Amino acid sequence: MEIGLAHYLTVAAVIFSLGVIGIFLNRKNVIIILMSIELILLSVNINLVAFSAFLGDLVGQVFAMIILTVAAAEAAIGLAILVAYFRNRGTIAVEDINMMKG
Amino acid sequence: MIVQGLAFYMFAAILVASAVMVISARNPVHSVLFLILSFFNAAGLFILIGAEFVAMILVIVYVGAVAVLFLFVVMMLDIDFRALRSGLLRYLPIGGTVGLILLVELAVVLGAWAVAPEATTGVAAPLPPPEITNTRAIGQLIYTQYVYLFQASGLILFIAMIGAIVLTLREREGVRRQNITRQVSRRREEVVAVRKVPTRGGV
Repeated sequence: MEIGLAHYLTVAAVIFSLGVIGIFLNRKNVIIILMSIELILLSVNINLVAFSAFLGDLVGQVFAMIILTVAAAEAAIGLAILVAYFRNRGTIAVEDINMMKG
Repeated sequence: MIVQGLAFYMFAAILVASAVMVISARNPVHSVLFLILSFFNAAGLFILIGAEFVAMILVIVYVGAVAVLFLFVVMMLDIDFRALRSGLLRYLPIGGTVGLILLVELAVVLGAWAVAPEATTGVAAPLPPPEITNTRAIGQLIYTQYVYLFQASGLILFIAMIGAIVLTLREREGVRRQNITRQVSRRREEVVAVRKVPTRGGV
């Protein structure tokens, strides 16, 4: 049984959907929302690397590394904002984050 | 070929199962640990496909840095996570619906999909021959053709580091710290005074 590009794309699609469901499911918990975003970025990386390998182009893997960098930066900044917010308000519930009335 | 297929299905199954556990675990610490498991399995998938360098970077960056950061924050913040989970079942229908719609749409895209014939002709950087390792090929690419992109990603990390430090740094009241500027700029005339003390008089 040959493992082709479609197999990898299916796995990536499932992970992406699970990430979106996770954002809806844990609407009150910012930490799990950040983890869901990491899952979504992981699925994008799987897509890029799979296309890179099956279409024979190495640039996809370079792109995957750039996305990895951005994901790491996003996680660091997000968690820093979370810590600063918790220090000021004593909670991280999403519905309490309304000081700017956006 | 059989072994490769079996390995793919094992990695994919554990990846999907641990992703489900990430979004549904009761304890956020367990969520982080399942996130680590899913990253490991994604790295396994990458190795299977021949992208060793990205797989190792995934393990080092995600498991070594990001997941530990998550773990640190989850353990540091004193939060009642049970209260945060209270609306879970209320959001399950809409979340499940949106996710399912997304999955069906992606399945529709995947079902009627084929590689265009031009896609394999205009390759920007062809995969290297087997005697050159993946790491070396990527290094030859990002240090020559994509060096500006590489530098820009370093800049992004640098800015993120500064941002995280600025966001979490706080000045505490009542903590004595060494103030080097003040120490160095002190002059003798400001701090030393010579007094004539009379005998048996005291100061």
